[in-house]
Amino acid sequence: MTDTPLSRIRNFSIIAHIDHGKSTLADRLIQACGALSEREMTNQVLDNMEIERERGITIKAQTVRLTYPAKDGQLYVLNLMDTPGHVDFAYEVSRSLAACEGSLLVVDASQGVEAQTLANVYQALDANHEIVPVLNKIDLPAAEPERVRQQIEDVVGIPADDAVEISAKTGLNIEGVLEALVTRLPPPVGEADAPLKALLVDSWYDAYLGVVILVRIKDGRLRKGAKVRMMSTGAVHTVEQVGTFAPAMRPVDDLGPGEMGYITAAIKTVADCNVGDTITEDRRPAGSALAGFKPSIPVVWCGLFPIDADDFEKLRESLAKLRLNDASFHYEAETSAALGFGFRCGFLGLLHLEIIQERLSREFDLNLIATAPSVVYRLFKTNGEMEELHNPADMPDGSVIAKIEEPWIKATIMVPDDYLGSILTLCAERRGQQVDLTYVGNRAMAVYRLPLNEVVFDFYDRLKSVSRGYASFDYAMDGYEESDLVRISILVNQEPVDALSFVAHRSAAEARGRSICAKLKELIPRQLFKIAIQAAIGSRVIARETIGALSKDVTAKCYGGDISRKRKLLDKQKEGKKRMRQFGKVEIPQTAFLAALKMDG
Amino acid sequence: MLPDPDDIAAAGAPEPIALYLHWPFCLAKCPYCDFNSHVRERIPAGRFVAALRRELRHEAARIGRRPLASIFFGGGTPSLMPPEGVAALIADARGLFEPRPDLEITLEANPTSVETGRLRAFREAGVNRVSMGIQSLDDDALRRLGREHSAADAVRALEQARAIFPRLSFDLIYARPGQTLAGWRAELDRALALAADHLSLYQLTVEPGTRFEAEHRAGRLLLPPDELGAALYTETAAVAARHGLEAYEVSNYARPGAESRHNLAYWRYGDYAGIGPGAHGRLSLADADGIRRLFATRRHRAPEPWAERVERDGTGLRSQERLDAPDPAREMLLMGLRLREGIDSRRFRARTGTALLDAVDPAMLEACLEEGYLRWQPRSGASAGGGLVGGGPALGRNDWHDHCLAATDEGRLRLDALLPVLVR
Repeated sequence: MTDTPLSRIRNFSIIAHIDHGKSTLADRLIQACGALSEREMTNQVLDNMEIERERGITIKAQTVRLTYPAKDGQLYVLNLMDTPGHVDFAYEVSRSLAACEGSLLVVDASQGVEAQTLANVYQALDANHEIVPVLNKIDLPAAEPERVRQQIEDVVGIPADDAVEISAKTGLNIEGVLEALVTRLPPPVGEADAPLKALLVDSWYDAYLGVVILVRIKDGRLRKGAKVRMMSTGAVHTVEQVGTFAPAMRPVDDLGPGEMGYITAAIKTVADCNVGDTITEDRRPAGSALAGFKPSIPVVWCGLFPIDADDFEKLRESLAKLRLNDASFHYEAETSAALGFGFRCGFLGLLHLEIIQERLSREFDLNLIATAPSVVYRLFKTNGEMEELHNPADMPDGSVIAKIEEPWIKATIMVPDDYLGSILTLCAERRGQQVDLTYVGNRAMAVYRLPLNEVVFDFYDRLKSVSRGYASFDYAMDGYEESDLVRISILVNQEPVDALSFVAHRSAAEARGRSICAKLKELIPRQLFKIAIQAAIGSRVIARETIGALSKDVTAKCYGGDISRKRKLLDKQKEGKKRMRQFGKVEIPQTAFLAALKMDG
Repeated sequence: MLPDPDDIAAAGAPEPIALYLHWPFCLAKCPYCDFNSHVRERIPAGRFVAALRRELRHEAARIGRRPLASIFFGGGTPSLMPPEGVAALIADARGLFEPRPDLEITLEANPTSVETGRLRAFREAGVNRVSMGIQSLDDDALRRLGREHSAADAVRALEQARAIFPRLSFDLIYARPGQTLAGWRAELDRALALAADHLSLYQLTVEPGTRFEAEHRAGRLLLPPDELGAALYTETAAVAARHGLEAYEVSNYARPGAESRHNLAYWRYGDYAGIGPGAHGRLSLADADGIRRLFATRRHRAPEPWAERVERDGTGLRSQERLDAPDPAREMLLMGLRLREGIDSRRFRARTGTALLDAVDPAMLEACLEEGYLRWQPRSGASAGGGLVGGGPALGRNDWHDHCLAATDEGRLRLDALLPVLVR
């Protein structure tokens, strides 16, 4: 059944900015190839996770195997690989791209190329993809195919004369896309008789089947019942099921070279399936693994705490369940004096963090608070040791630190030139170094090196607000550099609030310390005793605020009939104090810290 | 260890009784009032007097013939009661208990003409103290407070009452919307010139379920900011002091000796019997094992159902709950710290079974003493020599025994915030 000759297989992915029509086009292609009946078509078949649907982003890679009778009279197998579309998943994207020979570059004919598209198309070029530009939404009055064609040539640097003009929404010229895939993309190469080499593209957890692994066969054949070995770990599994996505899972006997499909092998967690790994046969292993394998490393960390302390166990179970399906996020138990018991969690980036947080609240009904995200610093100690720090509260005393390095990124920002000035100011404020600045028509493309630390701290929000939402932004990690970083502690009545401490560049420390103190002053209600709020670097106070004692709080009338009510109120207040954190003589409601963290987020 | 003589005295001699009688009817419901008061087209006075008398008899039977220290007719508007009903209830109480020679009998009255006409009759019935619901001496404010009398009515009623009753008190409400410090000072000066020996001066409070609450929520009732509220309170005490009235409780001012003995029973956490719809009581009664314990009693709140139960069962008691630790200690703290005199540590232990020092958080006690919110002061009647103890180190285990723990003016001003951190 999968004996299709290599010459009649095409493996492709679709690159597009959010809302430029990737999922709609995918749906049209599936429809045109008759893979699903009208009744089976739900909109945007590929994005099946609720959050993915809402945000129009894909987290897990997915494939659909289509059969297309081309104009040359032959029947072709078209494997569409849908890739995660965000920089947080850059490595996952690169593996998905490595499974294909070409890409459709979908650009909105009125909007033009966006930063995110650009990063992905460069990745596709790095993967030696043949790129077929597709101009979508050509039916809209605002469409400017000529301008966008020129922009693709100028910015992306690929010819766009024969870009396919379509409207995915109305179905206009879908045929043209299918023909371009057949005629313009190269077929895959591979040896059917060579030892098995299959690329592990992605994996996910299925309640009935266990872990399902998405694979692309490079060489050899992958058969049901075969004993396979993961080359990075040496783990051996027996393949229980082999199949393709049509788009529903459809079991087959084997998968040949050039094909995409899935296997199941009684694997319990996706943590045992490293994206980018090479799957080979245990009895006749390949001599070398496929190039490009990297273990995934979290770059952003934050603490997640249940608002209701009783939810701690539920949070632990929920994190374990999520990790079943997402090995790229990490968690370990953490205790905070201000917030109680929770977990320190590591993510591939800010979007990844947000997705996990949202899934925890939505799918597991957990009410959580996240501490400010922190990047991973490298601490070089005076004794020569290097330590990775991902929780500012753990930063040791300054005297044992020889130097600190922080991660940098290379950011690409595209923005209408009206807003360029404010974007450049923002980047300068955030210690950015300009690498490149080019104009394409009335749009500017700024490339900056920025410390990641400055980006996790409200950079997105500021970017959106100074550009009124018109700026698009993408980044890639760009190494570590030594920096003058300090840990700022927030103290309430001389006692540090661990959950609020943060690391910042010395030049920004005072301003940020002042702003947090001012926020807390607003959030903490007046109490019986006055409250001192301070921001400090080591023992040096850099900002302070004082909350005066409340001026009057006493019930005017209290007689014989009021005692029971007043006592019950008192009992309740005593009970409520369990949610309070004592700082010297004053007790601060946890809600004040939660609010401070929220405003920070 | 030798038993404390006061403990023995407290355990041996029965607590005197303060008797509260609730009359649940008013001519109109005031928009700030959350008391158990009801408006009826025709007040069924005969039926309710009879029911009150019956419930009083029923309650007295289980309390026993204890000394009777005070009677208080509260409401509602008890001045709407028929004077002969008041007379009958007083006579009943005198017969059922052992009236003290200085028995205080208070009746709450409104300064409308209907009621002031009966003042003499109430005096003849045995009432020796009247508490007038004046609320304000400003006609606009009275209208806003939903009162049915004018400032002139108020002054007239007070003058009449002063001529009839040996003791006179009245209520005023301050921190009203738009009220200024100077305005209140002038109003209070005028009020104090009317020569009452006792005043209750309440800061306007928006209570749940009242019309003021709805208006407040809708933004139509703007209360003074906290700072002005605090300033008005401090000014109130200063003006009262100039006229010789001492702030002996958070909202109550009296010439020395003219304190409301009935209300002191609440604040000193004494025994009180509550008769009538919705009335609460605290009574030390012999438990099933013969040991005296403290009970909280509560009566049915709705007037007619209460009356039906009394007519059927002799009592409208809705619940009787035994108060076990830490409830009595918490209640005595929250009431006692309202008093300038504070809480007598010996009486505290005798009454609650808990030592005062064990009822409070030691670190917070220390902090409150240091901040000047609380102080130790010698018990009245204890050997002199100590003077006020405050601000310094806490008293040792042996010393506090002879002292009262009291909130200072500053402490009383913040009592609701202080209590939750102080009590254990």
